[in-house]
Amino acid sequence: MIDLKNVSLSFGDHPVLHNISLSLSERRIAVIGANGSGKSSFARLLNGLALPTSGTVSVDGFDTKKQGKDVRGRVGFVFQNPDNQIVFPVVEEDLAFGMKNLGLDKATIATRTTEILERYDMQHLREHPAHLLSGGQKQLLAISGVLVMAPAYVVLDEPTTLLDLRNKRRIARVLNALDQTIIHVTHDLDQIADYDRVIVIDEGRVACDATPAKAIPFYQELMA
Amino acid sequence: MLDLYTPGTSMLHRMSPGPKMAALAIAATALFLQESLLVTALAVVAILALYRVANIPMKTALAQIRPLMWIFVIFFAVQWYFSGLTLAAYVVLRLAALILLASLVTLTTRASDMIDSMTRALRLFKPIGVNPDKVSLAISLALRFIPVLGRIATEVREAQKTRGLERSIIAVAMPLAIRAIKMADDVSDAIESRGYRS
Repeated sequence: MIDLKNVSLSFGDHPVLHNISLSLSERRIAVIGANGSGKSSFARLLNGLALPTSGTVSVDGFDTKKQGKDVRGRVGFVFQNPDNQIVFPVVEEDLAFGMKNLGLDKATIATRTTEILERYDMQHLREHPAHLLSGGQKQLLAISGVLVMAPAYVVLDEPTTLLDLRNKRRIARVLNALDQTIIHVTHDLDQIADYDRVIVIDEGRVACDATPAKAIPFYQELMA
Repeated sequence: MLDLYTPGTSMLHRMSPGPKMAALAIAATALFLQESLLVTALAVVAILALYRVANIPMKTALAQIRPLMWIFVIFFAVQWYFSGLTLAAYVVLRLAALILLASLVTLTTRASDMIDSMTRALRLFKPIGVNPDKVSLAISLALRFIPVLGRIATEVREAQKTRGLERSIIAVAMPLAIRAIKMADDVSDAIESRGYRS
């Protein structure tokens, strides 16, 4: 479970999030809000990329301020632009990066790499240069690079924003099939219609925290 | 080295990167130490033969030197003018031999294997404060992001072209620098989020 207790976040004098207290335990959680509402900052708090100015964020009891390494081993993060997330020049090498950081041995790295490539039908791309992949393939590689680290939670910050409809649907199918708890920041309301919980963030505050049936109309009304 | 690695099972592919890089260093030094046109020409032929051994097509070999063709032409012309035809041919052939040889190493070696070898070699310098892991990550990032930066530069140039500013260095350099800095921030976050600790 991810727990936020009285969390506020500021960048210098600029407050971004105000006194948020939440427990995240559902399997599919969406975070929606207008541009600049603070939803990406909220997502970054969950794996310690951003640290609260006040309050605490903990993941399975590990404090993001004090136990960042343990937190990052549990919470994977997928960014909007896969080009900024893929670190190594070749697909196989990039998949290995996170696992090497976890200290896994070569045999485990090779097994997990093969498994993930087979799962997403990317075996033929194993030795492919990352910069020559299509947008959809890059995002799939970015997600795979996180999944091979076997996190319990996956936070995704608008992972389909830069994709065409076909790739959006492909990524949505991939996300729906994951066993992990998903915390998905998105503008795509269709994708989250069957989620367990939707959190609407407005001007740095939780404006609504409910099922999609209640939260999506609330958000649409807010944006009207 | 960006996307050069060509998968294969040849002897050169199977060789570990350390000896290959050592051989490259020795051969490059030897090429500089000798001044015979004939030996240099034979070296080029021998290197092209190694491409055959690695099952890499000649067209791929030639593609390695094609981007530098203008530099070859300029070098050749300047050397011919100042030092004569033989020296001009020697200088250009030597440069071509070096590029072909270095490319052969990268064509037959995965970047990660090469970086692992460098990391191992750099461990010798740990006592004087060198951090091998940081150096190897920096090399990987450079290899990964050169094409990305190239693409961003093209996007910026095209955007400025539509405004008639393609000849303005500032109009191209400023947005490119800003995007590169923003990207560096994002990449740093991505590396951190994947468990890297310096």
